[in-house]
Amino acid sequence: METMWFCLVAFMIAMYVILDGFDLGAGATHFCAARSEAERRQVIRSIGPVWDGNEVWLLAAGGTLYFAFPGLYASSFSGFYLPLMVVLWLLILRGAAIEFRSHIDNPVWKPFWDFVFTGSSALLAIFFGAALGNVVRGAPLDASGNYFLALWTDFRPGPEAGILDWYTLLAGLTAFLALAHHGALWVALKTEAPVSERARRVASLAWFGVLGMTLILTGVTFRVQPHVPERFALNPWGYVFPALALAGLLWSTLLRHRGRDGPAFLASCAYLAGMLASVAFGLYPYVLPSSSDPNLSLTIYNTAAGAYGLRVALFWWIPGMALVVFYTALVYRRWAGKVRLEEEGY
Amino acid sequence: MESALGLHRFHFAFTITFHYVFAQLSMGLALLIFLLKTLGLKRAEEHYQRAARFWIRIFAITFAVGVVTGIPMEFQFGTNWARFARAAGGVIGQTLAMEGVFAFFLESTFVGLLLFGEKRLSAKAHWAVSLLLWLGTWLSAYFILATNAWMQHPVGHRVLPGGEAQLESLWALLLNPWLGWMFLHNQFGTVVTAGFLMASIGAYYLLTGRQAAYGRTFLKTGVVAGGVASLLMLIPTGDMQVRNVERHQPATLAAMEGLFETMQGAPIAILGQPDMEKLRLDNPLLVPRMLSFLTYRRWMAEVKGLDAFPRDQWPDQIPLVYYSYHIMVGLGTMFIALSLVSLFKLWRRRLFASRRWLWVIMLAAPFPFIANTAGWMTAEMGRQPWLIYGLLRTSEGSSANVSGGNALFTLIGFMGMYAVLAILFLYLSCREIDHGPEPEAAGAKADD
Repeated sequence: METMWFCLVAFMIAMYVILDGFDLGAGATHFCAARSEAERRQVIRSIGPVWDGNEVWLLAAGGTLYFAFPGLYASSFSGFYLPLMVVLWLLILRGAAIEFRSHIDNPVWKPFWDFVFTGSSALLAIFFGAALGNVVRGAPLDASGNYFLALWTDFRPGPEAGILDWYTLLAGLTAFLALAHHGALWVALKTEAPVSERARRVASLAWFGVLGMTLILTGVTFRVQPHVPERFALNPWGYVFPALALAGLLWSTLLRHRGRDGPAFLASCAYLAGMLASVAFGLYPYVLPSSSDPNLSLTIYNTAAGAYGLRVALFWWIPGMALVVFYTALVYRRWAGKVRLEEEGY
Repeated sequence: MESALGLHRFHFAFTITFHYVFAQLSMGLALLIFLLKTLGLKRAEEHYQRAARFWIRIFAITFAVGVVTGIPMEFQFGTNWARFARAAGGVIGQTLAMEGVFAFFLESTFVGLLLFGEKRLSAKAHWAVSLLLWLGTWLSAYFILATNAWMQHPVGHRVLPGGEAQLESLWALLLNPWLGWMFLHNQFGTVVTAGFLMASIGAYYLLTGRQAAYGRTFLKTGVVAGGVASLLMLIPTGDMQVRNVERHQPATLAAMEGLFETMQGAPIAILGQPDMEKLRLDNPLLVPRMLSFLTYRRWMAEVKGLDAFPRDQWPDQIPLVYYSYHIMVGLGTMFIALSLVSLFKLWRRRLFASRRWLWVIMLAAPFPFIANTAGWMTAEMGRQPWLIYGLLRTSEGSSANVSGGNALFTLIGFMGMYAVLAILFLYLSCREIDHGPEPEAAGAKADD
């Protein structure tokens, strides 16, 4: 039962990264792809009706994580106190930027919010990558499962590590490039030339970075967290996940060169899903490894909620999420096709 | 307040209070927008559709601030209240996750359709979207209140030797006897807020002589909705809520009423200041035997005062609990009085022309926000010294590994950020109000 909820939480996080990932990426790159005010509006409109729903996946993933693994939620949210608060502030700024920019037509107002939007989107992508890096590297847990990490110490991923060290910064950079690539493909899919052509160029530049960083990060991860290579060595079938990621990445560039934006975007989704599944597979059954004593690590077993709670939740979670997937798909179909600027909202 | 515990408490109190200003307005407006859309569909009048569109614009700003300030709430159980999160997660994790799965997705998906989808949808489909959005926001409240109800009156769980509570019955959690009246009381409170605001803006339009047709619609809709909700706040929901407090948190009731001594035929205090040194009310204005009657329906019934409970069970901020409760009740009474006069004038067709009364209605808009906040302060501080009533003390719930300095750092950060949000919200919504609904013949406003 614990394993099942581990997979479901991982699924929700992956959905969050894939969905909110494209609007973060679109935000982070929109200064490169869109130059004039009208062009920027195309980009914002391409995510306007959906970004809020995408962000809900983060909240729902957080809620599901809390209910299934309350011990993990309590330890990690208080231990990662400072970066989580920074993430919250960035989410607030970003939400404000998207919602407020359109209210006043003014040459000072809009560029200001565009700047906030880009900055917060880029920093969020970096912080989310660094967060994942922190989970993989582990935290200095004490016997009661508590710790508190500074934002940075000596930038080395040893037992004295802070949130930011060279490893987690590498992870942050990888996430930034991967989401920039992902978001640029989305913009290419949803907008008209010249925005879509510039977005394709951004995607092709980012693609090389993603490929390089993915390879480097994978190699480094195997050294920073030895549990990961052990897992893959014991269960070689797990290599399907990194294979999926690599195939997705290669396919996306092939499809992009043929001008098939939709399938290229889907291939990028497969890349992100493959990467996250690889991380989840590599960590299992850990959910937060200890960086000092492996026996203190948090696992799905010592953090899970009671058996009754886990069992009864399946009865509402599965129909509830099926409903969500159903109407999310419905809404995305409503907004299918290129952005049409002439049909305005309020 | 310099202690880490005090800072964690203030951190949560500040962020939740700010969030709830916007959440209550969104929830109330969601219902009123649905009503306007229903009128528009039924009477096939473009007037109501335009009126709805105006409120959807206000709703969009409110909802945006509500969403971005709501995200930190979901995180703060873990960040600032880790020991509580660990002890309670096996139970309230269910309701918080349910809120995410059932309500957040519904809200966020349909708010996009409500804002951007009118031209892509038929009139009926757009009406249905407003219905779903209303349901989504209220469903969200149901799950959050189920969480709070469990903290006020824990049911359906079992406590493990380590102190963690584990769920034993999901139904008991979702049908907590504390929950039903609290939910209705809270939701009618949101309708009072939105109704009074709508009436206030209607009055403003009539007083300034602009947008008179919309002014009348807003005034009428707001007065009727706010009036009905004000009455329902008292009877039955407020009355039943107090009886729940009496049954399950008798010490809280004594603190709310400022009743220091147990007595038969207890009076109700209209005014008076709790004196915590002499343990009595200073300058009391009392209605004899009223408290006994209201609580038990018997004039001479015995009501337990604070002296019936050991000191370590007393709420730690008794004067504040007492004042919050009295402000809520006092304002609630005022809302009922205002509503009855307004409804009478509406019935006699004198509402739109009486300028002095329009001034009163216009200036009444801020008070429901205060009343709702005071009500929540009563509930939350009345529950002290417990975080989970009878199970976990507040002092044992905060994150032991997050120091006071770190909590102060992020508290200051939130204060700065929220000050900016408040200014933006006021500026943008005043602009919308000033701009008003579209004139009867105009096309769509150029906007993203």
